[in-house]
Amino acid sequence: MKKARPHVNQNEGLIFEHSSPGKRAWQLPPLDVPEVDPAAALGGDHIRESIGGFPEVSEVEVVRHFTRLSTWNYGVDTGLYPLGSCTMKYNPKVNEVVARLEGIAGVHPYQPDALAQGCLKILRLLSGCLLEITGMEAITLQPAAGAHGELTGILLVRAYLESRGNPRRKILIPDSAHGTNPATAAIAGYQVENIRSNALGTVDLDVLRRAVTEEVAALMITNPNTLGIFEENIGAIAEILHARGAQLYMDGANMNALVGMVRPGDAGVDVMHLNLHKTFSTPHGGGGPGAGPVGVKKHLEPFLPVPVLEKGAGGRLRLIHHRPQAIGRVRAFTGNFGVLVRALAYILACGGNGLKAATQDAVLNANYIRKGLEDVYDLPYKQPSLHECVFSDRLQAGHGVRTGDIAKRLIDYGFHPYTVSFPLIVHGALMIEPTESESKEELDLFIEAMREIAREAEQEPQTVLAAPHTTRVGRLDEVTAARRPILRWQEPIAE
Amino acid sequence: MRYLPKSDIERRQMLEALGLGGMEELFAHIPAEIRLSRPLNLPDGVSEMEVLRYFQKRAGENAAGYVSFLGAGVYHHFRPVVIDSLISRGEFYTAYTPYQAEIAQGTLQSIFEFQTMICQLTGMEVANASMYDGSTALPEAVLMAARITGRRKVAVARSVHPEYRQVLDTYTRFQGIQVRELEYDREAGTLAPFTIDDGVAAIVLQSPNFFGIVEDLERAAEMAHAAGALLIVVITEPVSLGLLKPPASADIVAMETQALGMAPSYGGPYAGVIATREKYVRSMPGRLVGQTTDAQGRRGFCLTLATREQHIRREKATSNICTNQALCALMAAIFMTVYGKEGLRELARQNLAKAHYAASRLKLKFSGPFFNEFVVAGGKTRALLDKKILGGLDLRKFYPELGEALLVSVTEVHTRQQIDELVGGLA
Repeated sequence: MKKARPHVNQNEGLIFEHSSPGKRAWQLPPLDVPEVDPAAALGGDHIRESIGGFPEVSEVEVVRHFTRLSTWNYGVDTGLYPLGSCTMKYNPKVNEVVARLEGIAGVHPYQPDALAQGCLKILRLLSGCLLEITGMEAITLQPAAGAHGELTGILLVRAYLESRGNPRRKILIPDSAHGTNPATAAIAGYQVENIRSNALGTVDLDVLRRAVTEEVAALMITNPNTLGIFEENIGAIAEILHARGAQLYMDGANMNALVGMVRPGDAGVDVMHLNLHKTFSTPHGGGGPGAGPVGVKKHLEPFLPVPVLEKGAGGRLRLIHHRPQAIGRVRAFTGNFGVLVRALAYILACGGNGLKAATQDAVLNANYIRKGLEDVYDLPYKQPSLHECVFSDRLQAGHGVRTGDIAKRLIDYGFHPYTVSFPLIVHGALMIEPTESESKEELDLFIEAMREIAREAEQEPQTVLAAPHTTRVGRLDEVTAARRPILRWQEPIAE
Repeated sequence: MRYLPKSDIERRQMLEALGLGGMEELFAHIPAEIRLSRPLNLPDGVSEMEVLRYFQKRAGENAAGYVSFLGAGVYHHFRPVVIDSLISRGEFYTAYTPYQAEIAQGTLQSIFEFQTMICQLTGMEVANASMYDGSTALPEAVLMAARITGRRKVAVARSVHPEYRQVLDTYTRFQGIQVRELEYDREAGTLAPFTIDDGVAAIVLQSPNFFGIVEDLERAAEMAHAAGALLIVVITEPVSLGLLKPPASADIVAMETQALGMAPSYGGPYAGVIATREKYVRSMPGRLVGQTTDAQGRRGFCLTLATREQHIRREKATSNICTNQALCALMAAIFMTVYGKEGLRELARQNLAKAHYAASRLKLKFSGPFFNEFVVAGGKTRALLDKKILGGLDLRKFYPELGEALLVSVTEVHTRQQIDELVGGLA
């Protein structure tokens, strides 16, 4: 295995197991005001006993604990992280530095606008860049993540249709969509109708025409879709919807395939969200935070959630909190601002040309992997790939090896697995998105590893089925975890 | 472009391997009429030095050198430096959601510890791996209460953070859930006497409430339970739990953890969390980490009870949440670990002492007990601004009935001298 070999792996218990009364990692300055008796100030009934079970450890133990835990993780900084639909690209270090500048990280959201002009300028510049990139006409930066952006977007559709007399009842969603799409539609009070993909893996125009009735509020489309295939009929899809008074929502999770090449706003999209933690390089943080700005066309602008940024007299920027037609507030304060700062740092560093070059490299990388693997893994949809490619485990399944097994074996070769078993329209899917951040060398190592695993699946399937062999824990018993959930540590009962 | 790890020679080699003559051919199947035929109208990319310079300039336009007594859901607390040094490890912050448990044990174990400490702090039995923030945790808690009780009404104290209530309206409007407001006592600042009928799914109360006043949660719980409703407790200042009794009488706690180690950062990112009783776990939104073992019996951790979530249940999921605020939850876990059992108590005592020191020389609006935040009658913030002091939040925009009133937060970061200047300016 060229990329990896095992090395010493420190054991580390739960922090509570290191605890011992009297140890401490904190020190506060001496109190410079008179002491206050908590019971007198708050009422004896309101005061608690000590926080049972809370740890008591020293600073060096805190540092070692979390450092050891970190070494059990794999990050983009470690290597290729080809999770499909997740866009695990490099997270530039300078982004982390600028987001932590005291004059940015220290700003309170209720500072008067006049004393937060720097933050407001950042919001305004980022808004302008994202509008140019997407071809949309107005934007909100409030949503905290992609699914939150979806909810905001569908509520905008609802408010717009309601203002025209009828919010309608249904949202159409292709069967290749992320699970967040139907879950979002449900929260916005809509019924979900799934649209079957055609043999090419894209939206079937005839099926769509039949489905779009006066009951339909919008279609939520992901473009390129979760197969990495561009919905070439996007223009016609928009026309079909618009002819019936419905809206076109685009899930921008896969926007890394399009920046600088295609603007959804030019293709008839009415409303879309971006995932700044995917396309615009902000770190995933082990699950978040992200940011999910929503771009809209003019007709949806009056409904944007508050606050809305406005340029006032003398070029002063301010936040408007009351707008008669707004859908309301989707989150307190001003969104995940620190994430927005990082995304702007990325856009400034790349510039227009750099963003386009990144898109091209991302698509080149995905196609290079596709080419390198298509003779050993089954490729169910042969349409051109953009930023990701989706194989199935059909050839390996004959030897009892499934996509999940191949993924686990990939860990032994020093790579993070791809996305397993998604999209649902491919049985046994291997969904691979390398992003632009991978060198040819890393891609060649990955292709070699995947080809080697295909050989193992045929000749020594047990090696793959028992993988991973090199991690500190083997495959975990998820069934028992769900059947008898242990969701917190509890102090052992003294005998 | 310095973020792209390929030479032009390598690009050509790769294109050749694909039988292509140029990059544009990779996009040739996209209809020409929707392809962008011009460069993006954005400036050219700049060096790291220039990126830094741009943001340093913006940072200088944000009240540099001011002392802030703003709170109202976002608190100025000291952030122990180990937080940033530890979360800056690439293995933590450049990792994805821990779906592949074998190489994500670091994230999984730290979330398990976060869940545990949130339970210890709140007196609840389970806590999730985080929500976007407190303001979205509240509507998720209300939707959860509606699922549990099968009822469609909710009674919310007006002393719950006003922006949280606005977010609640946005989320519940299309769920057929009716939101009714409960008044506060104009004298004490606590929840005023009220009655509810048995169509109510939950009573929502914040403590300390938006005015900083500590509420009687046990009484509210009795009222709720007598009517077959749940009690949802909102917490925006968790440092208070170093001293205050945990809201153990609540059925659901919807909490903002910003105060536990997250910078104000003009509104985010922070981390919300929902904690509840074990019997309600299957109605909970958001990710959960559970303990289990591998085939050799070694302890390990994995995401669990995923059948509640959108990627499995789609439109029948308990929430549409996917990405959460994991790294912020890690910050909170490190913060709680650094302060620990004794430290959090001492931190809370300092907050209490400093806030009461400030308040003792000011005219307060409310007589109820308060922790580190209080409402001052009057509101001469302009004079304070001249002295580079952000004196507090003018409450007129949220509570016009209070007249001139300022919400002031005093924490461990404020020195006696700074407090004296504030008091001098306000008195």
